[in-house]
Amino acid sequence: MKVIFQLIIKRIGLSIITLFIVSAVVFFIANLLPGDAAQEMLGQSATPEAVAALREAYGLNDPPLTRYAKWLTGLVTGDAGMSLANSRPVSELISSRLSKSLLLAGLTTVIAVPFAMLLGIVAAMYSGRRVDKIMNIATLSMVAVPEFLLATIFVLIFAVELNWLPSLSYIPADAGVYEYFRAFALPVATLCIVLSAQMARMTRAAVLEQLSQPYVEMALLKGSPLSRAVLRHALPNAVGPIVNAVALSLSYLLGGVVIVEVIFNYPGVASLMVDAVTNRDMPLLQACAMLFCTGYLILVLIADLSAILANPKLRTGG
Amino acid sequence: MMAAIKSMPMSGKVGAVLAACWLFLALFGPWLAPHSANEIVAYDVFEPLGGDYILGTDYIGRDVFSRILDGTRFTIFIPLLAAALACSVGTLIALYSAVSHPRTDEIISRFMDALISIPSKIFSLVMIAAFGSSVPILLTITAISYMPGSFRIARSLAVNVANLDFVTVARTRGESRLYLAVKEILPNILHPMLADFGLRFVFVVLLLSSLSFLGLGVQPPEADLGSLVRENLSGLAEGAPAVIVPAIAIATITIAVNLVIDSLRGAATYAARGR
Amino acid sequence: MTAHIIVEHLYVEAGPTEQPVTIVDDVSFSLQRGEVLALIGESGSGKTTIALTLLGYARPGCRIIGGSVMVGKDNMADKAESQLAGLRGRKVAYVAQSAAAAFNPSRRIMDQVVESALMHGLMTRKEAEAKAVTLFANLSLPSPETIGRRYPHEVSGGQLQRLMAAMALICDPELVIFDEPTTALDVTTQVDVLKAFKVAVKATNTTAVYVSHDLAVVAQMADRILVLQRGRVVENNPTDRILNDAEHPYTQQLLNAVQNNDTVQNKEHSDVVLDIGDIEAGYGKITKAGKPEIPILSGISLKVLRGQTVGIIGESGSGKSTFARVIAGLLPASAGYMVLNNQELPSAIADRGKRECQHIQMVFQNADTALNPSHKVADILGRPLTFFHGLKGEAQKERVAELLELVKLPVALADRKCGALSGGQKQRINLARALAAEPSVILCDEVTSALDTVVAAAILDLLEELQARLNIAIVFISHDISTVKSLCDEVLVLYKGKKVEHGSGSSFACAPYHPYTDLLVSSVPTLDPEWLDSRKRDLDALDISVQNTDDLCRFRDRCPVKLGDQCNTEAPPLRTLTSGKSVLCHRDQAMLVAQ
Repeated sequence: MKVIFQLIIKRIGLSIITLFIVSAVVFFIANLLPGDAAQEMLGQSATPEAVAALREAYGLNDPPLTRYAKWLTGLVTGDAGMSLANSRPVSELISSRLSKSLLLAGLTTVIAVPFAMLLGIVAAMYSGRRVDKIMNIATLSMVAVPEFLLATIFVLIFAVELNWLPSLSYIPADAGVYEYFRAFALPVATLCIVLSAQMARMTRAAVLEQLSQPYVEMALLKGSPLSRAVLRHALPNAVGPIVNAVALSLSYLLGGVVIVEVIFNYPGVASLMVDAVTNRDMPLLQACAMLFCTGYLILVLIADLSAILANPKLRTGG
Repeated sequence: MMAAIKSMPMSGKVGAVLAACWLFLALFGPWLAPHSANEIVAYDVFEPLGGDYILGTDYIGRDVFSRILDGTRFTIFIPLLAAALACSVGTLIALYSAVSHPRTDEIISRFMDALISIPSKIFSLVMIAAFGSSVPILLTITAISYMPGSFRIARSLAVNVANLDFVTVARTRGESRLYLAVKEILPNILHPMLADFGLRFVFVVLLLSSLSFLGLGVQPPEADLGSLVRENLSGLAEGAPAVIVPAIAIATITIAVNLVIDSLRGAATYAARGR
Repeated sequence: MTAHIIVEHLYVEAGPTEQPVTIVDDVSFSLQRGEVLALIGESGSGKTTIALTLLGYARPGCRIIGGSVMVGKDNMADKAESQLAGLRGRKVAYVAQSAAAAFNPSRRIMDQVVESALMHGLMTRKEAEAKAVTLFANLSLPSPETIGRRYPHEVSGGQLQRLMAAMALICDPELVIFDEPTTALDVTTQVDVLKAFKVAVKATNTTAVYVSHDLAVVAQMADRILVLQRGRVVENNPTDRILNDAEHPYTQQLLNAVQNNDTVQNKEHSDVVLDIGDIEAGYGKITKAGKPEIPILSGISLKVLRGQTVGIIGESGSGKSTFARVIAGLLPASAGYMVLNNQELPSAIADRGKRECQHIQMVFQNADTALNPSHKVADILGRPLTFFHGLKGEAQKERVAELLELVKLPVALADRKCGALSGGQKQRINLARALAAEPSVILCDEVTSALDTVVAAAILDLLEELQARLNIAIVFISHDISTVKSLCDEVLVLYKGKKVEHGSGSSFACAPYHPYTDLLVSSVPTLDPEWLDSRKRDLDALDISVQNTDDLCRFRDRCPVKLGDQCNTEAPPLRTLTSGKSVLCHRDQAMLVAQ
């Protein structure tokens, strides 16, 4: 038990170190550039005095390390600075959007994960047969398709041709379940397809890896049918890799959300971030980037911890 | 090479032929185009398929077919170069890491792990906000975002090989680390790294197209396939081929390469099992 | 009475259907109820494939394409998968080669042992567990009541192998297939497992098929022996007949390889090539006391003379391979000294010069991983020639040819990639590469244990011949005491990182031995079928405490002739016996002789 506790502490510590490196990378890329944020905000016609005053106000004259330290302590205490583009606190801008992005991501996860696991396990059980081959080509194609192709095709079919669903994802304030469904159907479907394809492939590989182990052959030779050998023997041992696959794919979701939010005009953090890029609104951009990276690291951490807990060798301290 | 293609399943052969076609178009597209890419040829915008212009016209009446032929260069060559850069740099660092002192290896791996945990789209957005988006910068950005992934794969392959007895034999002979890395390890990880290169290529195509689709990638007057989708998005409501065709074109490139890699992998595991 | 098992004209093929390879070629045999049949042959002889067809099973990529496999009234070769599932485990059971891999690591042992009984609906869980406990006791497993609650990684390899036998016997099958069940075990563990198997099979009058490459093991177990070569039967006779009056030349070859007992002639040795003193080594960080965190070797000393072969013998965990790594400089010793050709040898390879590296060459056990698959034979042999002797071009080519000739390989092999070579050829290349450096000492780490018996015997002959010709010192590391006894001028026995016995090769010809050596020597099966029944059991505790740091005798937990308290409290002295060898034991010569 002590061993496993140490492992978990160590793993969490590593994540924190990683997050620290990530924050440094993000900050220095965003700040050590030739452009001048103050100049940009005020436009070319601004007087040098106005620019200097603004630089002073935003602390842009401090040495980079001081600025980094200030920014980092700010982040930890929930104060990510002021947006350059519309002079509101970054934290306020993000928090108004975060729940919406989380809802989109959460819905996608709830649908895609079980679906992908099912596909992956079935494909592994029938590996080499026709079902598997068809699924292989289908998922292979889906991982390679850009999200905007799926999104535009969906819009074309369901919004333009059939006129069943809106092409923009707008939720009115007093929306009922039906409105919610209509608004989410297309963005969630787009994300789900790409995501499930990826997860199904990884799940298949993880289960297949276990199926080639001697203990599965042993189970078959004990008279166990294939389904039992897969579900009772291979699957418990594939939990670690499968959770890992899910976490990796969900991190992909973080990237996929960017495109989907923009296409469907969905008011989430990702579209906020794209706006920040266009406006060169660095404080906002940095905060969004850190948010996504933290999300990713948490997912990977959860995956690693479940893999540790799923391993009886570690659980029993042997 | 020909033998490898011959032994592939049907899907792999289809992929190989498609990929070869696209490479051909990327090389000679501008010369094959019936019109200049930026020439306004029709008064009608968003013309449908099969009229005077095979793939219709775009939002200001330019020939979609010609624009696709012209844009393919960017969609193929930037990713090709970026993937080559990412793979070769990643592999070199991985080799260095694998034959170095465990502590050096640990530091390099830790740093790369940190880089991997920045999703590539997010990384690109930050970089573009900072440095703008000219073609050389896009190339650099995409190469850097996928280099750590390449490193991770190459390192795990290299470490596996480095633990094999033949490397230990070379080590007891007193060989230099350069010799170990280049002569003993590299030849044995080259093959899987080629598959990884294909995979990175697909990733970069998708990333670059997405960026262009967001208006942050290749900038006008140049346009890659992703930019074509973006600029014609207003035609989506009328189902204009100007939106759908470039998007499908991207998909066929990536799917083709994926099919080839998948069948090469299948062949490799088959050979490894000795059957 | 009709036979219980009748296999007729069995064909199995493998590979793609367009260009199949026949791996079992017209095999027929039959077997009475309660008989034990051994399938013997080297790798690729099809012995496991044949055994698996008795379960109606062909490994992925293989197909049964003809013939019948009758087990009682069922033809296993033409049953549907669903019918087979009903027979497997219930009527025919299987004991796999590596229990460590064949047990599901994430489920408790008991769940896996009773699984087939529950699956086939033969008994309730309670009945099945009660039966399992009885079987555990019959198979002489320690703590039969509780061992089932453990996970597979919590018991030893030998115990796991017996637990797997319990798993096979739980449904009282008519036929049990044993697939090389002791190959992965240490020789001292093997005895117990074999004994347990034999008792269990005889008690239930079960028919058994025993697959093995080891004739001596098979002699203990089988009533009949079927000798296979490249998928064909070359001889099928009762065990006595095979052992005493083999018909086929291949069988005789197998027998000769086992009986290879030529004694060592005492050669004249003069100067010391390698002098090793008081080596301490291990893994992990060095603690304040100057010892590694996980100590492996302690206080090992050894002098190697020119032209001499020194055998290092021990089982898994003895530290013998660690010792080779220390000599090669791969694992720097934390204490002690090494002197090579009268000059001090730095302990880490990074501090050694080219000449020092040249004079110590290593030959590994597994030739598959010891040769770079992407290099040609000429490159593999050429590199040390360039590196150490600056040979290039024609001169190098000539020398490569000489080396190939030296290890008795055709010169034409030089242009081949080594992936295409056979196991024996690879091991010869491996040896030739070491010779190319013109070393003073060659470290051979289990060089024959991955090879088939006949091939291994040939490699050993070559080794002896080369040594006589080139006057090289060889450190021969092995788990196989009979090989070491017949090959080495000097022998050193390691147990858990300590030297327990050390003496000339001839002094190992007969007792007295250290109690551990005695156990090792007496655990090696002979071709005498009565041998197994005359063996006494080793002590088998569920948890052997790991004491690797103290000075007490490390064998005391397993020692059959332990001297009460003395062994638990005092460090054993190093005694010199009249035969000239030294033994680390509290027992003196007279007591050792008497044991």
